[in-house]
Amino acid sequence: MRRVDRLGLAALAVVVVVLGWTLGGSQLSLLNFVGLFAISAIGLSLLAGYAGQVSLGHAAFYGIGAYTSALLTTRLGLSPWLGLAAAIVASAAIAAAVGLPLLQLRGHYLSIGTLGFGVIVTVILNEWTGVTGGPSGFGGVPDFALGAYGFRNDRDYFFLIWAFLLAVIALALNLVNSRVGRILRALRGSEVAVATLGVPVWRYKLGVFVVSAAYAGLAGGLYAHYLRFVNPAAFTLRVSVELLTMAAVGGLASVWGALVGAAAVQLLISQIRDQLPRLQEGLHRLIPAIPERPGGEQELIAFGLLLMLIMIYLPGGIAGGVNTLLRRRAARPDPTIGAAGSAAASPE
Amino acid sequence: MLAQAPQWIASGLTLGAIYALIALGFVMIYAVTDVINLAQGEFVMLGALLAITFKRQGWPMLAAALAAVALTVAVGAAVQLLALRPARQASVLTLIIITIGVSIALRGAALLLWGTDPYPLAPFSVGAFDLGGAVVKRQSLWIAGTLIAAAVALWAFLNHTMLGKGLRACAINPLAARLMGVRPGRMATLSFALGAGLAAVAGVVIAPDTYATYDMGFGLGLKGFIAAIIGGLTNPAGAVAGGLLLGVLEAVGGGIKSAYKDAVAFVILLLVLLARRFGPFAAGGAGGGL
Repeated sequence: MRRVDRLGLAALAVVVVVLGWTLGGSQLSLLNFVGLFAISAIGLSLLAGYAGQVSLGHAAFYGIGAYTSALLTTRLGLSPWLGLAAAIVASAAIAAAVGLPLLQLRGHYLSIGTLGFGVIVTVILNEWTGVTGGPSGFGGVPDFALGAYGFRNDRDYFFLIWAFLLAVIALALNLVNSRVGRILRALRGSEVAVATLGVPVWRYKLGVFVVSAAYAGLAGGLYAHYLRFVNPAAFTLRVSVELLTMAAVGGLASVWGALVGAAAVQLLISQIRDQLPRLQEGLHRLIPAIPERPGGEQELIAFGLLLMLIMIYLPGGIAGGVNTLLRRRAARPDPTIGAAGSAAASPE
Repeated sequence: MLAQAPQWIASGLTLGAIYALIALGFVMIYAVTDVINLAQGEFVMLGALLAITFKRQGWPMLAAALAAVALTVAVGAAVQLLALRPARQASVLTLIIITIGVSIALRGAALLLWGTDPYPLAPFSVGAFDLGGAVVKRQSLWIAGTLIAAAVALWAFLNHTMLGKGLRACAINPLAARLMGVRPGRMATLSFALGAGLAAVAGVVIAPDTYATYDMGFGLGLKGFIAAIIGGLTNPAGAVAGGLLLGVLEAVGGGIKSAYKDAVAFVILLLVLLARRFGPFAAGGAGGGL
């Protein structure tokens, strides 16, 4: 781990403690979802950003984690901690089984294959009613407890979720700054080139797929106990796209970027949700044929536009944009080598 | 169970014809631009909802349908010009994510304009008849006829007009096409316009069978895409065959256990993807023309 990352982790830990004690319930609840999505988005950033394998079915692993822990704790009375461990193991194991054939696919065929896998998992969650409770899911998922202390409110879960998030960030940073991380980045550049260097390509691809699924499984397990309830709507293709957007907004190949992206997208969506009815009223007054209250998830439009604009104009995401800015500033004092220097410094 | 086979085939072919139309649009866009356009289903939705809206203004059905298709063609061209052209240097995956963004934004725009209400459309001809043990709605004949007409028109366009030959040239080799005076940029816009138009036609003819809603395009688009993949992604005839095959398989799968109807298509998708990678056609790969 680099020095700046260690400082970042320490700073984040301080921020978490301060926010945990000062913020109120509804704000903490929003941050809890930021934390859950960030854990999954970091996994996706390892897979898509570093290794270049874009998954459009990541919500499936999130869902597998949630249902695994929820089922084991409600039906078999397992401790939530064991349920959480099982959630991670189940997501990782299914990723290994699915990844073996699926990761043979390249580029957009892999994206489409994972999309197919995600849809199949959603159908199973909806239709295997005897086990999953069907479209309405099931509740009564128990809370975590530490000895006699039970986790009850948003604040308890905020500390729990963000503690896991800190650990996940530390693990991910360690991974990307290691030999494995360098191999993954090389994979994105050229699988053939990496293979000619004697690296067993598929082992690394499968490995990072399993790790990213395990992160999503962890987030899913935490989600199930936090909400005390699971249903398939929380794990659809839409959520997969949201996760990808978060990773992309922050900057696909950046661990910190995934956290920033998760926070930015969540906060933006909740803002838009509040503001959109006003826009709709204006539209309705302008053209009466347009319904006044269309219902449904109106924030969709802003979400789609955001995803589009980011990918067109800022493909490196927020992290990429910041890096470019820093590099430009660093290059400014010496204009004679500035252009050549910045070109050489950006291998991507 | 076998007694139901004719019915499954009839309804499967009807739905399959819709998939085939959407798949044709996919193929046009992918062959020319290498972009997998995941917003294709939204063009279906626009075609259906626009046609219904014009019909409600008192327009005759044909005029409403033509206007809806024309408007969707314009939207398709605009999507290419505004969303994909600025990022044409980007990787294939970036382009896919952009089309996902386009699809979500179009769905959101439709939600603002039409709300969540389902909109009905009267069938072009009412009634049904018996065909070898299967009940066939007259609307199904319209759907089948539309597919045939669209496929023939597309074939004639690609093989017998200068513009169509330009499209094919770009699909085979954009650089060589450019040297011959074909402009690949314009052909990319044209391919999106065509793809959107084909999808809109599918939307107009399927609207009487299923209520039209702002989110109807999502499932239909994916099915059309699976049909295109079955057909090899760059082959129009294959796309039509893929669509019809997928429709029938779904009808049979749904007939055996209706709950898993949607999963059938995606299991087929995975099998086809893996077969393309490992199977006898594995070496086929990309490239090649329309």
